[in-house]
Amino acid sequence: MIDVLYFAWVRERVGLPRERLDSTAPTVRALIAELVMREDRYALAFSDLTSLRVALDQNLSDFDAPLTGVREVAFFPPMTGG
Amino acid sequence: MRLSVQTEAFDLGAETNAFAAGTSAGAVVTFTGIVRDNGGTLSAMQIEHYPGMTEKAIAAIMDQAAARWGLTDALVIHRHGTLRAGDPIMMVATAAPHRAAAFAAAEFLMDYLKSRAPFWKKEIGADGASWVAAKDADEDALKRW
Repeated sequence: MIDVLYFAWVRERVGLPRERLDSTAPTVRALIAELVMREDRYALAFSDLTSLRVALDQNLSDFDAPLTGVREVAFFPPMTGG
Repeated sequence: MRLSVQTEAFDLGAETNAFAAGTSAGAVVTFTGIVRDNGGTLSAMQIEHYPGMTEKAIAAIMDQAAARWGLTDALVIHRHGTLRAGDPIMMVATAAPHRAAAFAAAEFLMDYLKSRAPFWKKEIGADGASWVAAKDADEDALKRW
C-alpha cells in the first residue's frame, strides 16, 4: 500500500488531497500511468509532467525514481514559497 | 536556530528584537515578505503547504546556510492559510560575525524557500482565483549559489 498526496491545482483536478492505493508500480512514471488509466480526472491532472514535481517520502525526486520501499508519494506544481 | 510554520500572524518587531537579543554575533539581517495587493485587485491569498515535508525542507536549507556562512543563529517563520494584502507572509533572520555573511545567507535562504519549500499560493481576486505560477527566474536564482 502506498499513500498518494496531491497539492494545489493537482489536488483540485484529482478532487481529493490524499488516497491510499494498492499499487505495485515499480516507478513514479508507472504509478502515474496506472492513475491516468483509472479516470479522466487523473488524466487531466497528469497531462503535462513538465508542470509537475514529485516527492518520495517527503524528499524531492523525479519521475523515473523507483518506488521500492516508498510509503508516501506526493504530486504538486512547482513550489511558490517565500 | 528556530523554524516556525504557522497560520498565526507574527510580530516582526518583537521577533527581530528577540532574535537580536539572543546573539552577540555582530551582524543581524532580516527580510520580511508582505502580501502584494496586485494594484488593489487582491481580496485574499491562500497558502497551502505540505506538513512534514515543509519543516524538513526548511530545516535542511537552514543547515546548509548555517554551515556555508558560519551563522551563529537563524530564524525562519512562514505562514500558511488565508492572508490579506499587507499581511506579513514570512520572515528570515540571520546572525553572523560580519554583515556580508549575514546578507548572503539571508538571500540564499530566500531563494531556496521560494522554490524548494513546499508552499503554493493562490490569489483570490475580483475575477476569481488562480494559483501563482513559479517563475523561471526563481529557479534560475538558485544557480548563483
